Amino acid sequence: MTETNGQPLIHARNLVKRFDDFIAVDGIDFDLQRGEAFGFLGPNGAGKTSTMRMIGCVSPVTDGARIFEPSRENIVIYGRYFGLPRKQLTARADELLEFVELTERADDKVEPLSGGMKRRLTIARSLVNDPEILLLDEPTTGLDPQARHVVWDRLYRLKRQGVTLLLTTHYMDEAEQLCDRLVVMDRGKIVAEGSPRELIERYSTREVVELRFDDGSRPDDLSYWTDGLVDRIEALPDRVLLYAEDGDAASHTLHERGLVPESVLVRRSTLEDVFLHLTGRTLIE
Amino acid sequence: MTSTLLLLRPLEFFLTQYKRVWRGSAITTVITPIVYLLALGVGLGVFVDRSADLPDGVSYLAFVAPGLMAATAMQIATFESSWPVLSAIKWDRQYHAMLATPLRVRDVVLGHQAYFAFRLLLTAAIYIVVITAFGAVESPLAVLAIPVTVLVGLSFSSPMAAWAAHAQNEVSFVAIFRFVILPMFLFSGTFFPISSLPTPLEVVAWLTPLWHGVTLCRDLTLGTVSWGDLGHLAYLLAFVVGGLLAARFTYRKRLVV
Repeated sequence: MTETNGQPLIHARNLVKRFDDFIAVDGIDFDLQRGEAFGFLGPNGAGKTSTMRMIGCVSPVTDGARIFEPSRENIVIYGRYFGLPRKQLTARADELLEFVELTERADDKVEPLSGGMKRRLTIARSLVNDPEILLLDEPTTGLDPQARHVVWDRLYRLKRQGVTLLLTTHYMDEAEQLCDRLVVMDRGKIVAEGSPRELIERYSTREVVELRFDDGSRPDDLSYWTDGLVDRIEALPDRVLLYAEDGDAASHTLHERGLVPESVLVRRSTLEDVFLHLTGRTLIE
Repeated sequence: MTSTLLLLRPLEFFLTQYKRVWRGSAITTVITPIVYLLALGVGLGVFVDRSADLPDGVSYLAFVAPGLMAATAMQIATFESSWPVLSAIKWDRQYHAMLATPLRVRDVVLGHQAYFAFRLLLTAAIYIVVITAFGAVESPLAVLAIPVTVLVGLSFSSPMAAWAAHAQNEVSFVAIFRFVILPMFLFSGTFFPISSLPTPLEVVAWLTPLWHGVTLCRDLTLGTVSWGDLGHLAYLLAFVVGGLLAARFTYRKRLVV
C-alpha cells in the first residue's frame, strides 16, 4: 500500500488461499484505486470472504455485536484497541452514532437492537479510527429492505467523503447501487471485471425477455421459434430467458410466429444476467 | 507504546466488562473462603485435631487454609478460561473485534490472561485477609502466597484457554471439571498430605500443578519454606509458559484463517 496519489491503494497479484486441498482463491489480480467503491460479486463459496480476509488486517467490519455494553461504550472500547485516548473517543462515538442515526440508542444495550441497527453500529464502530478504506463483507445480508437502504445511504455518504469501499455481495442490486467497479468471482477466480454498466454491455444484451410456460407446454427446441430474433437463450428450470436488444420487438415477433407462453416479461439486463452468462448459474442458489 | 504493553488494551476491555458484575463476584470471593474455613477448618478441624497429628503441631485450620486458597485459584482460573474464552471466539466474538485492530494474537492471549491474573490477585488478597482473621497464618511470608496463588491460577488458565480456543463446543468443559479439576481439588494435598495416598496416586498427585501450588502456599503461610520450594515455583512457571505457548498456537489456528 502506498500514499502516493495515482498509485493504487491495494495492488493484489496472484492471491491464493488454500484450505488443505481446497483452493478457495485461485490466483486473482486486482487494483483498488483510492476513493472508489469496489465490489466482489459472486455466489456463496466463490471465494469473496477469503479474499476479503486476506486483504483484511486493515479494518474489516466484524460481525457479531452480541455485546452487553451500551452502543456508545461499544465504540469507545473498540477505539481503545487502536490506542486512541478515551476522552477523544467519547466525543467521536457520539459523532458516529449520529452519523448512523443511533443517537437515541447511545445508552441502550447493544443486544436488544434490531439487526439493521446492529449493522449500523458495526459500521459506526469501524469508522472510529478514521480509516481510509472500509472492508465490508456482505454489508446488508439478512437485513430487511428498509434497513438495507439506510445502510446503502450511509455507505454512499462515506464514499462521497472520500472513504474507499471494498465490499463483497451476492446481491446484484447492491453491487449496482454502490460499486464504481466490480469483479465477478466464481470458484476462486475472477471471471470478469468492469463497471456494472460495462459488464452488462459486454456480457449481455440491452433487454431480456422472460418466458414462463404452463406445465408440459414448453417447447423442447426453442431455437426453432427464436431463429434470428435473439442473441442467446438461457433455459432455467422455471423460465426461459431470451437475450435481445429490443425485447418488445422480439416478444411481438414470437407471438406472430404462434408461440404462446403463460407469461412474458420484458426487462433490462442486470448483473444477474452477466453472472448467468459467465458461469451458467444463477447468483442466489 | 511498546508492543508488550499492547496487552493492556484487551485487558482494559475485560476490566470494563468486569466493572459491571464486580459486586456479585466480590461477594462470592469473600463469602467462599469464610464458608470453607468455617466448615472444614473450624468444624471438621475440631475432629481432625483430636485424632491426627499434623507435622509440627499445626492446627487443621492452618493446614487446610492455604490449600483452599490455591485450590480456589485453580477453580476460578479454569472456569474463567473455559466458557469465556470460547465465547470470545464463538458467541460474543470479542477476540475477532480485537484482531480487526492493530492488536495481534499475542496481545489478545496475554490481555485475557492478564485479566485472569487481576481476578486471581483480588481473590488471593481477600483470602489472605480472611485466613489471617481466622488465625490460620503463622508467618509474615504469607504475603508472598498472594503472587504464588496468582501463579497457580495462571498455570491452569493458560493451558485451559489453549484448550478452549481449540474446542469446537463446550461439551468437554464439563468433563474437564468433573474428571480433572474435581479430583485434583480433592486429592492434591489440599485436605490431607498426599503421603496418605497409595504410592501410584501419590505420584499422580505429585505431577499436578495444584499440589506444587498447595505446598508452596502452605510453606509460606506456615513459614516452613525451604530451597525445595524453588522447584515448586519452577514447576508452576513451566506450566504457565507452556500454556501460553499452546494458547498462542491454538488461538492463531482458530482466529487467523
